Amino acid sequence: MANNTIPKKEFFAPIKAWKYMFRKPVTIKVPYVKREAAERYRGFHVNDWNECIGCATCAKICPTDAIKMVEVDDLPHEYGKKPQRPVIDYGRCSFCAMCVDICTTGSLKMTREYIHISPKPEDFVFAPTEKGIHGVDEVPIGWVRDDDSDLLELERVEMEMIEGEERAKSFIEYVKGYSKEKAMHEAARCVECALCTDRCPQHMQIPEYIKAIWKDDLKDALRWLLKGDESNNMLGANPFSAVCGRVCTHRCEEACSIGNRGEAIAIRWLKRYIVDNVPEYEKVLDDIKPAKKDKKVAIVGSGPAGLSAAYFLATMGYEVEVFEALSKPGGVMRYGIPSYRLPDEALDKDISFIQALGVKIHVGVSVGKEIPLQKLKEQFDAVFVSTGFTLGRSTNVPGTEHEDVIQALPLLREIRDYLRGEGPKPKIPKSLVVIGGGNVAMDVARSMARLQNMEYGSVDVKVTCLERNYEEMPADMEEIEEGLEEGVKFYPGWGPVRIIIDDDKVKGVELKKCVEVFDENKRFNPKFDEEQKLYLDADMVVEAIGQAPDYSYLPEELKEKLEFVRGRILTNEYRQTSIEWLFAGGDIVNGPDIIHGVADGYWAARGIDEFLTKGGK
Amino acid sequence: MGEVKLFFGPNHPGMHGNFSVHMYVEGDTVVKARPLPGFLHRGFEKLMERRLWYQNLALIPRICVPEPDINEVVYALAVEKLANVEVPERAQWIRMIVLELARIAVHLMSMAGIGGPLGLYTGPYWGIADRDRILDIFENLSGARIYHMYIVPGGVRKDMTPKVQEMIVKFLDYLEGRLPEFENLIFKNRIVQTRLRGIALLDRETALEMGVTGIGLRATGVPYDIRKVDPYLYYDKVDFEVPTATEGDAFSRVYLKFREIPQSIKIIRQCLERMPEGKVNVPISEGNALRFRVPKGSVYVHVEASRGEYGYYVVSDGGEKPYRIVVRGASYPQTLYGIEKYLPGTRIEDVPIWLDTMGVCAPEVDR
Repeated sequence: MANNTIPKKEFFAPIKAWKYMFRKPVTIKVPYVKREAAERYRGFHVNDWNECIGCATCAKICPTDAIKMVEVDDLPHEYGKKPQRPVIDYGRCSFCAMCVDICTTGSLKMTREYIHISPKPEDFVFAPTEKGIHGVDEVPIGWVRDDDSDLLELERVEMEMIEGEERAKSFIEYVKGYSKEKAMHEAARCVECALCTDRCPQHMQIPEYIKAIWKDDLKDALRWLLKGDESNNMLGANPFSAVCGRVCTHRCEEACSIGNRGEAIAIRWLKRYIVDNVPEYEKVLDDIKPAKKDKKVAIVGSGPAGLSAAYFLATMGYEVEVFEALSKPGGVMRYGIPSYRLPDEALDKDISFIQALGVKIHVGVSVGKEIPLQKLKEQFDAVFVSTGFTLGRSTNVPGTEHEDVIQALPLLREIRDYLRGEGPKPKIPKSLVVIGGGNVAMDVARSMARLQNMEYGSVDVKVTCLERNYEEMPADMEEIEEGLEEGVKFYPGWGPVRIIIDDDKVKGVELKKCVEVFDENKRFNPKFDEEQKLYLDADMVVEAIGQAPDYSYLPEELKEKLEFVRGRILTNEYRQTSIEWLFAGGDIVNGPDIIHGVADGYWAARGIDEFLTKGGK
Repeated sequence: MGEVKLFFGPNHPGMHGNFSVHMYVEGDTVVKARPLPGFLHRGFEKLMERRLWYQNLALIPRICVPEPDINEVVYALAVEKLANVEVPERAQWIRMIVLELARIAVHLMSMAGIGGPLGLYTGPYWGIADRDRILDIFENLSGARIYHMYIVPGGVRKDMTPKVQEMIVKFLDYLEGRLPEFENLIFKNRIVQTRLRGIALLDRETALEMGVTGIGLRATGVPYDIRKVDPYLYYDKVDFEVPTATEGDAFSRVYLKFREIPQSIKIIRQCLERMPEGKVNVPISEGNALRFRVPKGSVYVHVEASRGEYGYYVVSDGGEKPYRIVVRGASYPQTLYGIEKYLPGTRIEDVPIWLDTMGVCAPEVDR
C-alpha cells in the first residue's frame, strides 16, 4: 500500500452516517419479536422414546459428559433394548450434536428451540422426550443426522467364503475366518452398548472381547471368552468358544444396536477370530489352580451342556467324570452339525482344553445300560444329566415305515462317521426329499448335496416344509440362502400325504398345500388345502421335523419324582431338579442351541457348588 | 512524581479478553509493562489429550472465540495429513468459504474493537450488526452461530444448501455496498486518523525477530501470508491479493484489515463458482467415531488467521486420542514479548490501541 492510497481526512465523511438516524433499527425487540432459529439449528434435544433403545452411545460420545443414562422403571424389559433413557445436563451440554450424529436408532434429534427460562437449576437437567423441553406436541426439529454426518460405520466387514458351487463339492469349512486387519476393522464398529450381553443366554462379555480385538490384545480377548467376568463367578465364560465362533445361533447379533440402522457387528466371526489366532490356547488358564474339593460329580452326556458343566465344576476344584455313550465326546457338536460348518479340529480344541483341566471323559459308556444311574448316585456326590434330544420324530404318514425313509439324526451321525473314516459309506440317493424346515433339515440337505456332488457330480435335493415362506421357516436365513447357492431346491408350504412306494422302492412324496401353520393362538395347528397337490420324485426321504428326548436311562422311581413340562425336565434356576442331587441341562431342559446348553452347564455348576458346599445329599 | 503501578485488566472495557497488563507509569507514560496471562487458562492442550479424536471438535473452537473456524480447519488438516485421507473437493471449497466468512466477521468485529478505545461508538454498532449477518449464515450452514463445530477431519459435517449459498451471495452484495460507509465513518474520520497514525509503531526487524505474523508483519511491508507462501485447501487455485503497508503503525494495521475484506469477498465468490457437487465427508478411520484411530506420527499444520500464522503441532501415537497437541497462537509473540518490549514509552491512552491493533487474544496465550 503506497502512501497515497491511505484515505485523506475528510470533515464531512463521518457525518454522512447521520442518515441512519432516519432508518429503522436492525435489531429486534426481544421478547416481543420471536426470532426463528435456522433449519439446522442445534437447540434443545428431542428423543423418540419408542425408537430409543437405551444403548448409551450418546452418553459415550458426549465430549462434555453432559449425558447420563437413567433407568426408567415403567419401560418394558425387552431383548435389544435397555430400560434406560438419556438425561441431558444443559449446564454441561455444548450443543455439538455428536449425540445426534452417532445415535444408533435415529431417535435423538435437536430442535430449533433455544430459549428456556427457569429459576430452578434442576429444570436444566432433563430427559428429552418427543415433546421437547417445553412439552409441546409440535416441536420444530432442527439438526438431524444425515448420511454425511453419520458417525457410525453401518456396513459389516465382508467375510471371505468359498463360493456356492465350489463349496458344495466337498465338506471343507467354507467360511474362511477374518484376517487381523478385517477383524480389527469389524471390531472398530462396536459401540459397547452390551445389548448383546443381555441377549446372550450365557451373557458372554462380548463388548469386552471385541474391545480387546480392537486393541489387538488377543490374550486378553481369550481370557474374556474362557473366563468371563472373573470378579463375578466367571459369568459369561464359554468353554465352547471355538464351536460357538462357528455355529452359534448368534442371538446377540439380533440385539446389536448397530443392527437398527445397519448391519449388526459380526460377533460370531470375531469370536472365532480370537480362538483361531491365539497360539498358546492352553496357557490362558495356567492361573486356574483351584483348591481341590473332596467332592465328585458325575455328568451324563458330553454335549455342550455336559462338558460346560464339567468345565465350570473343574475350575471350582471338583473332581468331574463325564459318561458318553458314543465313541467320541461332543454330542450334537460331533455327530449332528456337519463338518463344513464345524470341523472336528475346532471341537477337539475346545474339548482337549476342558480335559486339560482334569476332567475325565469315559466314552462308549451308556448310562442306564452299562452303569445304572443309581450307581452313579452312590459313587458321586451329585449327578448332572444332559442327554439331549436323540430320538427323531416321524410324520407317520403312510410309507414312512419303508427303510429308505430315514430319520435325520442317525443319517447325520452316519455321514460324520464316514467322513471321519470311522464308518461305512451311507446310502447316497440320486434324488432326495427332506421333510422339515429347521436347521437340522438344512444340515441334511446341504450334507447330502455335497455327497451327491462327490458321488454323481450333480445335486438333486428338495426340501419341503409346512411353513409357507423362507421368513416363516425356523431355519436361519443364511442357511437357506447358502443352501440355494449350493443347489438345494425349496418347496415351502407343503405337508406330506404319503410316501409313494412302487415295487417296494421309494419313488417320491405326495404333498398337499398348507394354508396356515399356526392358529390364532399362535399354536401349531396346520390347515391344509386338500385339493392342491404336489408330487416330488425321490429315491430316499429324510424326516427332519424335530427330535425328542430319550429318558429310558432314568429308573421308574426317579421318573415319578421328576416333573416334566412338554417333554422337558422342570428345574429351578440353578438347573436342580425336584431330586436334589440330580441336576439337568441342555436340550432336555431348555434347548434349542449350543449356547443355551453352555448357560445350563454354567448355572448347574454354580447350583451343584452351592448344593455340595451346604453339605450335599 | 514517582512511579505508579497500574493494573490494566482483566476487567476493563479497553482490554481484549481475560488478560491483564501490569504497568509502571510515570505521569502518563509507561515505564515498564508486564503481561499477565493465565486468567483464561483451561488447559486446552492437556484436555485434548484426554478426549477422542472426534470429541475434540467440541473443545478446539473455544481457543479463539471470534474466529473459531481456524481451529477446526487446522485440526482437521492435521488429522487428515496423519491419517492420509483424501477429502472430497466440495468440502475443501466449503471450508474456504467458511474461513473467509469468519475472516470478514473478525475484521468487522475489529472495526467495532477500534471504536472502543477511540470513543467512536458507531463503529461497534455497525461492525457487530453486520457481523451478525455472517452469524446468521453460519447458523443456517452449521446449526450454530459462534461455535460451529462444522469442519471435521474428513470434510464438513453437512452439505451447503442452495439456500445458504444464496444467503452468502446476498450478504456479499450487501457488504460491498457497506464498505464505503465504513471508510467514511472510520478511516476518513479526522479523529481516527489523528489518534491512530504514527501510534504503536512496530518496525520490520523487530517484528521478524519476535515472530510477529499476519497484519502486524504485513503493515511493515513484508507480504507474508500463509495462504500465499504455503497454500492450504485450494488457496493456490483462487485469485486474490495480499495488501501490505509500510508504516507499521496502528492506522495501517486497522486499515489493512479493512482492505482484506474485499479480497475475502473475491475469494468467496470464486469458491461459490468453482465448488463442484458431490460428497462432503469421508471417514478418517475405520469404525465408528468412538473408535477412530489416527496413525502414528507428528505433523505441523498452519493457516492464515486474521491475526497471523495459526498452527497446530499434532502428535499421534496411533491411539484413539491425540498424544500431544501444541497450539501456536497467532498473537502469542506480540502478546507476551511485544507488550514488554513496546509498551514502555507509550502513553496510557494509547495502550488499548496498541493491544487492539496488535490483535492480542488471551486464549491463544493461555491455551
